[in-house]
Amino acid sequence: MAEKPLVYICSGCGIGEAVKVDQLCALAEGELKAAGVKAHPFLCGPEGRQLLAGDVTQGRPVVIAACSPRVNADVFRWDGVTVERVNLRELVAWSQPGGSQAAQHLAEDYLRMGVARAEKTESPQPTPVATSERVLVVGGGISGLAAALGAADAGHDVVLVEKEPQLGGWVARWHRLLPQRAPYRDPQPSGIEELIARVTSHPRIEVLTEAEVESTAGQPGDFTVTVRRGEERSEYQVGAVVLATGWRPYDAGKLAHLGFGRSPDVVTSVAFEEMVRAGRIARPSDGRVPRRVAFIQCAGSRDPNHLPYCSSFCCAVSLKQALYVREQIPDAQAFIIYKDLRAPGPGELFYRRVQEDEGIFLAKGDVTGVHPGSDGQVIVEVEDSLLGEQVSLEVDLAVLAVGAVPATADDPALHLRYRQGPAVPTDRYGFPDSNFICFPYETRRTGIYAAGCVRQPMDAAAAADDGAGAALKAIQSIRMAARGEAVHPRAGDLSFPRFFLQNCTQCKRCTEECPFGALDDDERGTPKLNPSRCRRCGTCMGACPQRIISFDNYSVDQLTAAIKSFPVPDDPEQPRVLAFVCENDAYPAFDMAGINRLQLDPAVRVVPLRCLGSLNVVLIADAFSRGIDGVLLIGCRSGDDYQCHFVRGSELAERRLTNVQETLDRLMIERERVQLVHLAISDFDRLPALTSEFVAQMKRLGPNPYKGF
Amino acid sequence: MKEQSLLVIGGGIAGLTTAIEAAEVGREVYIVEREPYLGGRVARMSRYFPKLCPPYCGLEINFRRIRSNPRVHVFTMAEVERVAGGPGNFEVTVRQNPRYVDADRCTACGQCAPVCPAERPDDFNYGMSKTKAIYLPHALAMPMKYAIDARACLGPQCGKCVEACPYGAIDLTMQPRRLTLRVGAIALATGWKPYDASRLAYLGYGSYADVITNVMMERLAAVNGPTQGRIVRLSDGAPATRVAFVQCAGSRDVNHLPYCSSICCLATLKQARYVLDQYEQADVHVFYIDIRTPGEYEDFYARVRADARVRFHKGKVARVAPAPGGGVVVEAEDMLSGRKLRVPVDLLVLAAGMAPEVGAGDIPGLDVAWDDLGFASPLPDAGVFPVGVARRATDVVTSARDGTAAALRMIQLTAS
Repeated sequence: MAEKPLVYICSGCGIGEAVKVDQLCALAEGELKAAGVKAHPFLCGPEGRQLLAGDVTQGRPVVIAACSPRVNADVFRWDGVTVERVNLRELVAWSQPGGSQAAQHLAEDYLRMGVARAEKTESPQPTPVATSERVLVVGGGISGLAAALGAADAGHDVVLVEKEPQLGGWVARWHRLLPQRAPYRDPQPSGIEELIARVTSHPRIEVLTEAEVESTAGQPGDFTVTVRRGEERSEYQVGAVVLATGWRPYDAGKLAHLGFGRSPDVVTSVAFEEMVRAGRIARPSDGRVPRRVAFIQCAGSRDPNHLPYCSSFCCAVSLKQALYVREQIPDAQAFIIYKDLRAPGPGELFYRRVQEDEGIFLAKGDVTGVHPGSDGQVIVEVEDSLLGEQVSLEVDLAVLAVGAVPATADDPALHLRYRQGPAVPTDRYGFPDSNFICFPYETRRTGIYAAGCVRQPMDAAAAADDGAGAALKAIQSIRMAARGEAVHPRAGDLSFPRFFLQNCTQCKRCTEECPFGALDDDERGTPKLNPSRCRRCGTCMGACPQRIISFDNYSVDQLTAAIKSFPVPDDPEQPRVLAFVCENDAYPAFDMAGINRLQLDPAVRVVPLRCLGSLNVVLIADAFSRGIDGVLLIGCRSGDDYQCHFVRGSELAERRLTNVQETLDRLMIERERVQLVHLAISDFDRLPALTSEFVAQMKRLGPNPYKGF
Repeated sequence: MKEQSLLVIGGGIAGLTTAIEAAEVGREVYIVEREPYLGGRVARMSRYFPKLCPPYCGLEINFRRIRSNPRVHVFTMAEVERVAGGPGNFEVTVRQNPRYVDADRCTACGQCAPVCPAERPDDFNYGMSKTKAIYLPHALAMPMKYAIDARACLGPQCGKCVEACPYGAIDLTMQPRRLTLRVGAIALATGWKPYDASRLAYLGYGSYADVITNVMMERLAAVNGPTQGRIVRLSDGAPATRVAFVQCAGSRDVNHLPYCSSICCLATLKQARYVLDQYEQADVHVFYIDIRTPGEYEDFYARVRADARVRFHKGKVARVAPAPGGGVVVEAEDMLSGRKLRVPVDLLVLAAGMAPEVGAGDIPGLDVAWDDLGFASPLPDAGVFPVGVARRATDVVTSARDGTAAALRMIQLTAS
C-alpha cells in the first residue's frame, strides 16, 4: 500500500461557499489520517502553486480537492508524484445548492474516495518495447510506395512486400490520373515510374516483389514477419506495419444485367483504361474504332444487391475516360449515364471542363438493361430521369464504371498470429474498422495502419497522402512503444495490465474481449499480454471474474476501496446511488453540467472509469452489499455507429449487465436498481433529469434490502 | 542535434491533428490559433455526419492528448504576422493579442460575466445570441479561460469585472505582445469560413429572418446553442417543423464558388436528421443538383432517403417569398417530375459552401502556391504544408488524414 497522502483543499471558485472546508480538513486529518492537510483559497494561483511546490515530495501521493481533473492538469503535475484529483468544484460546488447538508456529505464522500484511490495507486512502471524501428509496408501500389518512401525519408528502414512481379499497383496500369492542380482541366501523367525509381533506389528500402506475408507475430516495436517468395521464406523484425493491399474491381461477372458477358463490347473501366494505355481504343469484338461510347456509372456501387456504398472515384474516372475517347477519336461521341455525378471539391472544375466538350453527353438516369443489338452494336436502355422517358442508346462500346472492393474483404494479408484471428477486424463492407471520423487511421490492431483504397475508396492522389499519413502513424507507434507509452486514445499512458496468474482459471474472457487483440494465450493457456498492443482501456480488467487483472494506478481493488470508503445512511429518505461513468464522454458531460450550473441530485456519487468496458461486475455486487440503493452505468453509444473510443467497451458492459441482472434476481434485488444509459459528451443537459429520475425511482423501490447488513 | 520544432497555424481539426500526431512522434510543436479557444469550426458543430456524434467527443480526446503532452505549446488569440527564413530555419513573428484575462490566474469561476454591463454578438453562435464583453467561449473551451472582446468592453473606466474577479486575473490595460518562434517547418491549417450568404440575396438571406445558413442550423441544433437545441423559426421562435434545404448555395456556381464544397450534401442530410429526430410531424425538402455522398457515406444517404418525411427535388430554387403567418415560400421546379413547386416552410436553410479563411498575402513571407480558387498548395522545398480546408474544401476525415500526412512531411524535412 502506498503512503498516506498529503491533502490540499481549495476553497476557491465557490467551493468555500458551497461546503464547509474546515470540516473537510478535519475529516482528512481525522478519519482519513492524511499525512498533512492544507486548505487554500486559490490553489491553482501563483501562491497556491508555490505552497505545493514546497511540500510535494517524491513517493508521497497528493490529493488535490479542487476543480475537475480536466482542468489545470499541468498545474497539479509533478514528476514521480501520484496525484489524485477530487472534483469538488464541478461535481459539488457548481451543481449543488450552496450550504446544504447534502452537498457537504457529497463533498466528504468524494474526498474519502479520492484518498482511498490515492492509497491504492502506484506510479506505473513503463514496459518499453523496442526491438525494431523498421516499418513493414504490405502492398506496392501508390499508397504503399508513398508510405515506404515517407517512412524511409523520416529515417526508418522499410521492407516493402508486393505480391506482383512489379511495383506500382493499379496506377501503373493507368493512362492518366485525374487533374490535381489548378486549373483542374487536364488529366495528368501519374509519375508512378519516378516514384517506383525513388523507392527501389532508396538505401533504406528493401523491396520484395512476388512476395507475400505468411505470418505476423508480436507487437508494435517487436513484430516478427515471415515473408514467402516462391518456396523461400525469410523472417523480418519490424516495429510497425502499413497495410496497403488496395482494392480490386467489383466482379463484373455479377453484372450481367449491365450486359457484361453478353457482349464482348461491354467492358469494365479498368479494361478500358488499359486499352487506352496500350494506345488504341477499339472494340474487342471486331477491333473497330468505336464512334459512340457509353459510360455506365455505379456498375455495382450504390446497389444494395452488390456494393451498397459509393466507390467515390468512378464518376471522375468516367469523365476522364470520356475525354480519352474525344482525344483519340475526334469525331466520336461519349455518353455518361449517372445517378448523381460526384466530382467533389475542385473536381467540379474538371466536370465543367468535360461538360464544355460538345461530343460528351451527360444524362441522369437509370440503366435498366444493356444487350447486344442486331448489327453488332450495344443497346443501353436508359430510363432518363430528366426527360422522364425510356431511351434506347445505340453505342459501339459500353464501359462499366465498376466499383472498388477492399482487399481486406476476404484476404487477411498479414496472417496475424493473434489469438483473435489472422485478420484486421473490418466493418460490414470489409474495410478495416476504425473510429472513422476523428481518428481514421486507428484500426483495432495496434501498430497496424491501413492506407489507400483498402481503407476507403479514394483516388490516386488521396491514396498517396493516405500512405504518408499511415507511415506517420507507424513511426509514431514505434516511438511510443519504445517509450513504453500507450498510443491513441490514452496516448502517453505508461500503465498496463498486470495479471496475478496464480488465480487465473483460464476462462479466456480477457483474451476474447480485448477490443484490440492484445492478449494471446501462453503455453499454459493463461493470458499473455503484449504490452505495446495494449491501449490501456481496462476491458480485460472488467472481464475477469477472478479479479486478477489490474493496472498500477487503476484496479478493481482501488475502485472497491473507493466505493467502500464512505458511509451509506440507513435513512430510506436518503438513498445512495453510484454512477460509474466513462471518463471520455460522460465525465466531461458532468463537468459541463457544473459549468452550466445545472443542479444534480446529491444522492449520486460519480465514479469515473477508463471505459465502461473496464467495469468489473463485482463492483456492482460490492455496491449493493454496502447498501447502495442503485447503480447507474453511463457510457457511450454502442452498435453500428458506436462512439466508444475503445470500440466495444460499452457494448461489453451491456452484455455483462444481462448476467448481473440474473444475479440480482437470485439475490431478490430489483433489476431496476441497475441501469445502463448511453450519454454523449454534449448531452450534459440530460443529466439533471436523468439523475433525479433514477434517484426518485430508487425512493419508490425503497431501500436496498441488503442495507445495514 | 536537437530535433527542430514545428509550427501549426490554426487550431481547428486539421491543425490539432497535425500538431498532436507530430508531438506524439516526439517533436516540439507550436499551435498558433486566432480565436480564444481550440477546435475551430468543428467546435461549433452540433453533430458530425454520418454517426451523428458530437465533435466534442473527439475534441475531448485531442485536448486530453495535448494536456498530457508537454511537447505541444498552444497560443490562442494569436496570429502569425510574418514568416522569414526557410525550411529548417524559419523565424516566425507571432502577435499575441491581449486576452485582458491572465490565463495563469483565471479559474473560469464565472464571477466576472454577471457584473459586466456590455454585450457583444456571440460569434460562436454566428450572432444569434449575445454574451457579455467578458465571456467563456463555450462550455468545453480549451483553454477553459475567459476572454474579453475589446470591441465591446467599456475599458478601464468601467472596471466592474476587475473588482468582481476574486483572483486578480483581469488586466484591462494588457497590450499585444510579439514573440518569435524558430521552427523547421510549418503547417498551414487556417481552415474555412462559410460563403457569405448575403451575396445570395435571391434566396432571401438577409431579407427574411427565417432564411438561415447551414452553420447557423448547427447552432440551432446544438444543446449549447442560442435555443438550447430547439430548431425554431428565428422570426418568432415557433417550432420549425417544415424545413427546406437549398444545396450548392454559392458552390458549383461560377459567379460564386466555382468548386463543390464537398461536405454540404452530407451536412444537409445530417441536418435533415436533426429535424426528423426533433419533430414527429417533420416535413423536409431538399433542393439539389447532385447528391454527393462518397464512400460509406452512401449508407447515411440511404437511411435519410428511406424516411418518407424527406423529399428530394432535383432543381434550382427560383424565388423565395415571405409566407403569411411566418416562414417563407420556396418556389422551384423539380426537374425530374417537371412540376413547379411552391413549398411553404418555417425555415429555409442555405447549404452555404466553404471559402478559405486565409488567402494570398494574408501572411507575409509564407511560401505557398495560391490557386485561383483561393486555396493553397505546397511549393517544392518550401517547408510549408497546407492541410485541411486551407488546401481544398473537404471533410473532417480528410482533414485528419491531411494533418497526419503533413506531420510526416514536416518530420522528414527536419529529420536530423
